[in-house]
Order: sequence, then C-alpha cells, then structure tokens
Amino acid sequence: MDLFEYQARDLFAKHGVPVLAGEVIDTPEAAREATEKLGGKSVVKAQVKVGGRGKAGGVKLAATPDEAVARATDILGMDIKGHTVHKVMIAETAPEILEEYYVSYLLDRTNRTFLAMASVAGGMDIEQVAEETPEKLAKVPVNANEGVTIEKAREIVALAKFPAEVAEKVAEVLVTLWKTFIAEDALLVEVNPLAKVANGDVIALDGKVSLDENAEFRQPGHEEFVDHAAANPLEAAAKAKNLNYVKLDGEVGIIGNGAGLVMSTLDVVAYAGENHGGVKPANFLDIGGGASAAVMANGLEIILGDPDVKSVFVNVFGGITACDEVANGIVQALQLLADKGEAVTKPLVVRLDGNNAELGRKILSDANHPLVQRVDTMDGAADKAAELAAAK
Amino acid sequence: MAIFLNKDSKVIVQGMTGATGMKHTKLMLADGTNIVGGVNPRKAGTTVDFDGTEVPVFGSVAEAMEKTGANVSVLFVPPAFAKAAVVEAIDAEIPLAVVITEGIAVHDSAAFWAYATAKGNKTRIIGPNCPGLITPGQSNAGIIPGDITKPGKIGLVSKSGTLTYQMMYELRDIGFTSAVGIGGDPVIGTTHIDALEAFEADPDTELIVMIGEIGGDAEERAADFIAKNVTKPVVGYVAGFTAPEGKTMGHAGAIVSGSSGTAQAKKEALEAAGVKVGKTPTETAKLAREILNAK
Repeated sequence: MDLFEYQARDLFAKHGVPVLAGEVIDTPEAAREATEKLGGKSVVKAQVKVGGRGKAGGVKLAATPDEAVARATDILGMDIKGHTVHKVMIAETAPEILEEYYVSYLLDRTNRTFLAMASVAGGMDIEQVAEETPEKLAKVPVNANEGVTIEKAREIVALAKFPAEVAEKVAEVLVTLWKTFIAEDALLVEVNPLAKVANGDVIALDGKVSLDENAEFRQPGHEEFVDHAAANPLEAAAKAKNLNYVKLDGEVGIIGNGAGLVMSTLDVVAYAGENHGGVKPANFLDIGGGASAAVMANGLEIILGDPDVKSVFVNVFGGITACDEVANGIVQALQLLADKGEAVTKPLVVRLDGNNAELGRKILSDANHPLVQRVDTMDGAADKAAELAAAK
Repeated sequence: MAIFLNKDSKVIVQGMTGATGMKHTKLMLADGTNIVGGVNPRKAGTTVDFDGTEVPVFGSVAEAMEKTGANVSVLFVPPAFAKAAVVEAIDAEIPLAVVITEGIAVHDSAAFWAYATAKGNKTRIIGPNCPGLITPGQSNAGIIPGDITKPGKIGLVSKSGTLTYQMMYELRDIGFTSAVGIGGDPVIGTTHIDALEAFEADPDTELIVMIGEIGGDAEERAADFIAKNVTKPVVGYVAGFTAPEGKTMGHAGAIVSGSSGTAQAKKEALEAAGVKVGKTPTETAKLAREILNAK
C-alpha cells in the first residue's frame, strides 16, 4: 500500500526523521487557519500518489493566509496524471535550501535483502540518476537481522560521498529512517529531497512510503491509511467480502481459483478476444482454495454487478477442492442470487477440470441453467466467453 | 530419481495439530509420504491418529529429528508465528523446510532468509506461500494433489500452485520426476535456478517445464542460468501479460513496478535463452509434448 506524502511525513515524524510542520486539509477555507498557525505563509501541496506534482502545478507557495485559500481552491479538484486531488497539505515553508540529497531503504527482491540507497544528487527522479550518473548513487545491502546502526549509517554516508559538514546529520537521518522502515513493516521509505537548509540542518522535504499489506496483522494502525475515497467501488465491495479482486477495463468477468491460474485466465481471455472484436478481461478475481457456495455467490454478485461485464468465465481447476463441490457452488450461487431477487442476465461459461471434474460437469448439465454453458478446456472456454461478450 | 524429495524422505509437520495441518497431513499420508512426526511444544508426548496411523508429536524440530531421523519439515504455521518456526527449523539444521504459509510479512521472510544465510544455508527453504513439492509415487510434502499424475520424465518448477496442478494435469499421461512450487512471495528460499540446476543433474528428468509470473526478475535470471548451464530442453510459461502496473495480482510478489517485472520482458528473456514459451498453459504443454515426442 502506497501512502500519501502527508501520511509518510507523519510516520517520519513519529520515528524521529526531521520534517517540517504541516497539516492536511480538504476544503480551501481550512487553508487559512492552517497557514495562520504556521505564521502566515505556507506551501500548498497536492496530495496524490503520483510523481511530478510540482511540474503539474500541484505545489504552490502562499505568502498570506488569503493566498493559501486561493491556491488551495486552485489545487483541490485538480487532475494530476489521472489522479484527482482530494486533499492538500499546508506545509511550513522551508528555510533557504542549499542542497538536495536522496536517501531510501527498500526491499531488494533479487538479492533477498534490504537495500539502502543514497545520493547527493537528490531532488530529481532517482531512476534518472541511476541511469545517467550511476556513480552518484550508492547502493548498500542491509542485513535484515543486523539493521542500520550509526556505524552502518556512516558507512552509507561515506560511500555516497556526502559533504563532511552534513555527514553526521545525514547518518542520524539514516538511523531514524531505518527505524521507520522496520517499525512500520515498510517495503519502501524514501526521502527526496533530503534538504540541507540555510541554518545547516537537514530536513526531509518530501517522501514516499509503501507498506507491506501482509503485515496488517501486527500493524493495526495502518488501517487508517487506506484511501477509501479513491478505491474503485467494486474493489471496495469485494474487499469487504474478503475477495481478492482487481478491476480491469474489459468486458469478460473472470472468476477462478488460485492467483496464478486467474492471472493466466486473464491472458488467455485477452488472446481469445483478439478474434472477437478485441474484448478483454473485466477483472481479476481469485476465490481461493475451498470455493464454497457462499464464496462463489459473493464472487458472482460482484462480477455481475459490474456494468462493464458482458459475459462471465468461471475457470476452476480442482486441486484439493473437488469440482463437484465447485459445481454445486455455482448452482447454489445462482439460486442464492435469484432468491435475493437479483436476476442473472449475463451468460456464464464454466470450465471445470481436475479432481472430480466429470461429477462437476454432470451437476452443471443436470441443473441445465439457461445462462450457463460448459466448455471443458481452458482455451475453448475463454474463446466462448470472449465470443459471448463480443456478441452483446 | 527425483529432486529434493524421495521415498526415503522422513517428513515432520510443524503446525500439524492445527486444522490445515491436520487436513493436509492426512492427505500426505494417503499419498504414501513417510510422516514421522508433528511438532507442537504444548502437545509434545501425545500422538495423533490419522485413519489408523499414529503420528507422534514432539516438542521441537530438533527433538523430532533426533528421535525419528526426520530430514524434511513441512510448515503449516500461521503468519504471525512462521518466522519463529522457520528459525527453529534452521537451528535444527533440518535439510529441507517447506513453508506453505501464505501471508508472511516480508520483513519476516527477509529475516529468516538472512538467518539461514548466516548459518551457512544448511537448510533448503522452499516457499513461503507455496504448494510444496511432490515426487509422484514416492513422497508429497505440501498440498499438491497426489492423484493428478504419475511418475515420469518431466521436471516442473512454478511460482504458482494452481498452474502447477494445471500443467501436471495437461501432461498427466507422461508423468513427472518432481514438481516444485516455489511460491509467489517477493522473498522466497528456493528459486527457479535452484530447481533448474537440480533437474539438470537428475538423470531421470528429460525435460523441464518452468512457470513464472509477473514481478521481480527471477525469470530473467533463470533465463541467464539456462543459457549458460542447462542442456536439457526447457519449456516455459509466464502469467500476467494483462496485469496492470502497480496492482498486486493475488500473490504478494505478483506486481509490475514501473517498467520492471513485466510478463513480456520475462518471455523475451526466456526465448533469448532458447526456451520455448507457450501463450497459454495448454499450448505450453503441447510444446513440451512435441519436444519429448521428437526425442
């Protein structure tokens, strides 16, 4: 889960990373009081989870509280690269910035370790620095069980060739930033820029944090970071039902078991769609292992509630789960929906293979539901589902 | 022959007495796995009956190994306790630990991997978030259905559980030496490369099927390894061509970040290494069949 800048700022502050004062607001009028609290001037910063805010006009200086209201009026509601601005941060203005640096910790999947990255060439896109001037970006592996002590931090600072007068201050930031990374179960903590300002201090002026959703069980506080406003309504409804769902922009609704098989199903449907007017998968939905009738009903309800969906492809390989149970689940799910008064009008293509497939197929044939078609191979079923979606 | 697991493997189950552990221990026993014990400090000294097979419960992995000669542990331990359980297995120096658990925090996986490395990697870790591995006709350590296929000459390594089952089913008439599900998390123990290396060395494996998915660069590195070290034919499949950037697709590790981790890049890397890559699982199986038929 990626956080907004103000949420990252709050986490930095909590763990001792030096930041400027700031307050997040969602109405222009609130910018006045927030700016008054900061002594009458502020920076108005759009809160969107995408880079390039400054260039897009989403970051403005305000010399007076009135000006802050005007800038907040401009920025709230603005569209930045497809992200609508719902909140702005009213931040303290920084003292004169003398230099801009970069520091981060992230997961290095390739080497199965954590990685510290640091550069004196901050304030710009770090991928550009890595590409154009790789010698200016120090990358230092951090052992998960050893962490970043002040000694390790000094090693990173030395490798990145920070100027002597800020070396110790940057090392201290690296230690507190590591605390943030560990304490919050983060996948990424990034400060860019880390600014050296006129009085010699170093301050985190902007940052990014991404949190590990697998750590939610021990991070109850992270629930408040979830951006319910931006969530797709179908994704929110699926999440409320504990379903693993991602909305896509096609027409064929997909239900399957197992993340890999569902990803594969999306691809196979997209290929089949090339022969049927370019129809594409409408979603990712993994109902997991033991697909009970209730889970199947929940899944079907979400998919059928998507106005973009023209046909549905249920693709199940019975591993531990037996296909007769899955077939019963589908039949019962359709009955459950009918009982709830939700008429099913979209065609379903069902492919069952694996454990007890014959039994499962027989159950579907016997139920003889007018909208349910059985196709017994994955590629064939994908083609049928695409054809039905294209015909609608 | 087989890789990592065979008829002589003596298997213990950490978390055997939980609901998932009970269910799958029963299934593993039914597949002929030699399960010699479970581990649960609160139930040490008791036994659990699985349809007439009495399986003793030990207080620790070390004790179970000492009393039974166990050399494989399968872990069905909930995410909150998984790190401690894996560290216990590493401390006991059990040769193979198969971590089935889904939903382990990545800081925990990174920590137990760093710990295993510091201890000299005496324990091979498979997973987490994986279906385990099966050597058909000999032993089954995990949750892969034992009745899909039979012993044969194909070696399979996959990030995904259900695609493992699908591929075993597609090629069920030919059969498999071993099938290894390495898991879909960002940090895993055994990699595609480890399995490729073992299959290359296994005299009974004539062809290797490798299944990957979006996220990370494991497939690209595997392609590099294949080009340099694998003489046996390899057929590949990659899932996730239609996955949007920045969205996690079910598996915690299945995410395209910026331009990295895409299915297209993985496919191209594999093809450049001489791997035939199928567009669908069925087409992939067909490619494998054609190569074996031509031999």
